[in-house]
Amino acid sequence: MTDTLLALEGINTFYGPVQAHFDLNLTVGRGQIVCLLGGNASGKSTTMKIILGLVKPQSGTVRFDGQPINGLTTPQIVRRGVGSVPEARRLFGDMSVRENLLMGAFARKDRAAVTQDLDKVLTQFPKLAERLNQRAGTLSGGEQQMVAMARALMGRPKLICMDEPTMGLSPLWVDRVLELIAAINHDGTTVFMVEQNASLALEIAHHAYVLQTGRIVLDGPAAELRADPRIRDAYLGGQEAA
Amino acid sequence: MASWIDYTINGLIIGNIYALLAVGLALIFGVSRLINFAHGSVYLVGAYAGFVATTMLGLPLPVTFVLVVAVGALLGLVIERFGLRPLQGYAHIAPLLATIGISFVLDQLVQLTFAATPRALPSDLLDKRFQLGSGTIGALDLVIAAVGLTSAGLLYYFLRFTQLGWAVRATAQDRDAAQQMGVDVNAVNRTVFVIASGLGAVSGLLVGMYYNYIDPAMSFQATLKGVVAQVVGGVGNVPGAIAGSLLLGLVESYGIALFGTSYRNLFAFVLLVVVLVLRPNGLFASARQTPPEPMTGTFIAPSKPFALSPRVLIGITIALALLPAVYPDPYIMQTFSNAWLYGMLGLSLTLIAGTVGMISLGHAALLAIGGYASALLALNFGIPVGFTILLAGVITAALGTILVFPSFRLRGHYFSIATLAVGEIVSLVILNWEGLTRGPIGLSAIPPLSLFGVELESAQSVYWFTLAVLVVLALLQFRLLSSHLGRVLRAMRDDDVAARSYGIRLDRYKALAFAFGSFAAGISGGITAHLYSYINHETFNAQLSILALTIVILGGMGNVTGAVVGSVLLIGLPEVFRVAAEYRVLIYGVVLLLLVRFRPQGLFGTV
Repeated sequence: MTDTLLALEGINTFYGPVQAHFDLNLTVGRGQIVCLLGGNASGKSTTMKIILGLVKPQSGTVRFDGQPINGLTTPQIVRRGVGSVPEARRLFGDMSVRENLLMGAFARKDRAAVTQDLDKVLTQFPKLAERLNQRAGTLSGGEQQMVAMARALMGRPKLICMDEPTMGLSPLWVDRVLELIAAINHDGTTVFMVEQNASLALEIAHHAYVLQTGRIVLDGPAAELRADPRIRDAYLGGQEAA
Repeated sequence: MASWIDYTINGLIIGNIYALLAVGLALIFGVSRLINFAHGSVYLVGAYAGFVATTMLGLPLPVTFVLVVAVGALLGLVIERFGLRPLQGYAHIAPLLATIGISFVLDQLVQLTFAATPRALPSDLLDKRFQLGSGTIGALDLVIAAVGLTSAGLLYYFLRFTQLGWAVRATAQDRDAAQQMGVDVNAVNRTVFVIASGLGAVSGLLVGMYYNYIDPAMSFQATLKGVVAQVVGGVGNVPGAIAGSLLLGLVESYGIALFGTSYRNLFAFVLLVVVLVLRPNGLFASARQTPPEPMTGTFIAPSKPFALSPRVLIGITIALALLPAVYPDPYIMQTFSNAWLYGMLGLSLTLIAGTVGMISLGHAALLAIGGYASALLALNFGIPVGFTILLAGVITAALGTILVFPSFRLRGHYFSIATLAVGEIVSLVILNWEGLTRGPIGLSAIPPLSLFGVELESAQSVYWFTLAVLVVLALLQFRLLSSHLGRVLRAMRDDDVAARSYGIRLDRYKALAFAFGSFAAGISGGITAHLYSYINHETFNAQLSILALTIVILGGMGNVTGAVVGSVLLIGLPEVFRVAAEYRVLIYGVVLLLLVRFRPQGLFGTV
């Protein structure tokens, strides 16, 4: 077993009177791709928000690199090394691609290394080099997803949280995004991703959790889950699915 | 020809001063989606800080500038800390109302410290003029232009090339995403308030020097001008704010050249309404839409309204009706009559702002229309006074609705600004339409209140009359709210898209509600005119609109009983305890601030 980078322990979350998480436990091993699957309103995105400190759980602990982080503000958490690719990308549409990428390194103080990283990211995403001075809002959805991922990398995070990275993309771009996620992970960054598209996510993930109305109902190595009939029924369109 | 150059220069200089205000408003709106109504107060404080520094302490101009910027920046921090920070996560209208409260408090503190009388802010620069073609340009003009250009340059550099500047822009575009990049949005808010308020204070100083005149009343006008310039340029758009300001300065300057000084503000507000209705994103906006505002007036703490049973209400009404018989003290009678009149205004606003969710900031205009209508009908046509009041209600309902109708498609802040502008326009038209309204002289010798030819002389009879009218209007409104119509109005407030998809024509229902509300306000204004026997364009001013809103929030938005109780508390109590007028405004400001922060649902709860 690899050592744990991120752990959610006994999380209970409420939106007013509505409970979004029921005693949620999950761990993300260092160097892995861990995937959180679930349908609408299962509490996936809320899990992301809790890790990033955008939503505070009522009880439970979020541990990052051994330290509890659930009392910290979002900027403090980002400084600890958590990067994010938010749902629907959320680029700064009126800023140039270059400015967006540099915003990704906002929390860093090592200016020289940031410049190096910019070059590195641009070799990794050559398409973006052409678009560097274009307003980010004018890019296509797939290109915007590239920018969002490159922007997250610019922070040199230990962990990148991705909220539905393939949402709204054409099938061609979906494959490319998944390849890139695998490549990023290969370079040593741990990835925690939230997805609805279970079959695709399970192709690249090491481990996966299935969330249903705020409870983890299933978890295991991705390879096992791919074969699990319950997953097939629920997400991959098994025979009974109507 | 020479004069045109002078008017152009004058317009650009004034535009420059507006730009210093508008840029700050745009920055603040960009980052926190807040129209900072305390901005004019910062400008006011800047002007008075300049007055203290130059005239009282005799400091040289450069030192004065630094001091004024510092005072403004500090004030900005205070406003951010108390007006905005505690209200994060509240409906957008909440911080807006808080800044209105703060501006009341600041303006009143300035007035208490320096008295309401105008002061001179002399400067040696004023008399130095240079020939420029066939016109002239003053040394002060050049200083103002230099300050404007330098500020714009520094701001551009800051936003483009500094890390904090990037953080400001990123936060303006997507607050959550900026946080996820590690941006401390509270620090960004503070920064923006410091910059905006520093510039705003300098603007006040420059205006004071330019006109050699400062007085506490300049604050509200400054906020309005800044808002106009900003809306014309596109809300939250910094370069747009500068362009909008220069345009506004030129329009005003040429307007004065063509029609005279008293038309200046009329042009500003007509420009505002036209832009709001035709191009709500501003003249310079790209096709890109500003993000739709989350619901309109849902300044709503969802709450369970505290309803008095009909029996209790009837009991209280009977007790109040018997009061003059047991305790006919004229002072108390007059105080309560006044409270009943404000109660009618409260009924009107609680329907429009509370039940329908259209926060009107220009409600005093309805009083003015009602007051002038009733007075003129009695004066010019000799129509009996009781009947004129009824007619005034009808006229106000029609005119008020027609004036606001084009703004019905606006939402949230935009509607509020439009009503503010319409309110100012009404007052300015009254000022300028001398043939009908006798302009600045006002209407005097308005016949006293009478009913079927019987003059209501005693304080008791006025009390009974106003109470009776209030009760009738309140009963009508209760009836309206419990009807099918009331349900439709609440549905529109809660989700206009859903309401529309059920086939409700929003404009018609909004117009209906507005007409009903305007009727009550018009009646109140009409009665007031006959009680005062003299009114002019300033009798029903913008301060009164804000007071009406405070009454309504205190009582609970949409709550009929609440509106009347709110009026008794805010109008009656200070009167009974004989609080001096200037402290009253201070109290109103503080009450508004505390309400928004601690009890947004008001005393009786929102309905």
